[in-house]
Amino acid sequence: MHDLAPLTALGTTRPRQDTIGPLTISEAPDWALASVAARLEQERACADALAGLLGGPAPGIAQHVQGAELGAFWIGPHIWLIEAPYTPDLAQRVKSACGGSASVTDQTDAWVRFDLTGGGIVAVMERLSNLDIAQMQPAQARRTVIEHLGCYVIRHADSLTIYGPRASAQSLHHALVTAAKSAL
Amino acid sequence: MIINHPLLGPCDAQEFIYKGDARLIDRPDGMSDGAEAAFYDYAYLRDNPAGEHRELWFHEQGDRSWLVVTRNTLTHEITSVELARDVARSRGRSA
Repeated sequence: MHDLAPLTALGTTRPRQDTIGPLTISEAPDWALASVAARLEQERACADALAGLLGGPAPGIAQHVQGAELGAFWIGPHIWLIEAPYTPDLAQRVKSACGGSASVTDQTDAWVRFDLTGGGIVAVMERLSNLDIAQMQPAQARRTVIEHLGCYVIRHADSLTIYGPRASAQSLHHALVTAAKSAL
Repeated sequence: MIINHPLLGPCDAQEFIYKGDARLIDRPDGMSDGAEAAFYDYAYLRDNPAGEHRELWFHEQGDRSWLVVTRNTLTHEITSVELARDVARSRGRSA
């Protein structure tokens, strides 16, 4: 039998949390992700399947929607990422809903998630990315570059979520903390 | 330079990669008569206009869409930005 200790993306047993001034940067390991890419000429069927999963329309361009159980955000034309509190079978569940209308890939282990809460989010993010963070409305989601890493940024009403490449989790975390210390 | 993405609005050109002349959409039919000459032209010969130029840009650090950007090579003024998918479909190049 294997006896493996679960580690977070930053290599510790408990998720890292840093508070710098009014801002708290929290590593959030307990999320599952799956990507959905509609197949050619199946875009309508795929969007309908997602609507069934989410309990409402699939997110439009640069939008994030939160359903009862699952969230989703737009990452490109007819491509979405589905997110949920950690469950090992998210991709299977999405695939069984979409059937042949979409290609679904488990993305859970590909990303590290950081949640920014508190004050100073705009001041920190405008040092990290060329997105117009101050103009981003709640429920908007964009892909951008932070510290040379392609990341997804989701604006919520009172917080901000960043998904970055898990293999570069420490570089991304270092960039976030450095920018926060500089700005706040 | 700012590229006014048709879906996402104004985006910094840093997010994009330049992919060359938009004539690359017009790939010749390899089975047609004169295909060898057509492919020589397609692969090697480019116009180098001082003025308006239609070119492909890839939104690599964004939504990964390919765009056809009409840019003035003298002034860098961008007069039109279209999804390359729509341009290709309008020419019967894509499903």
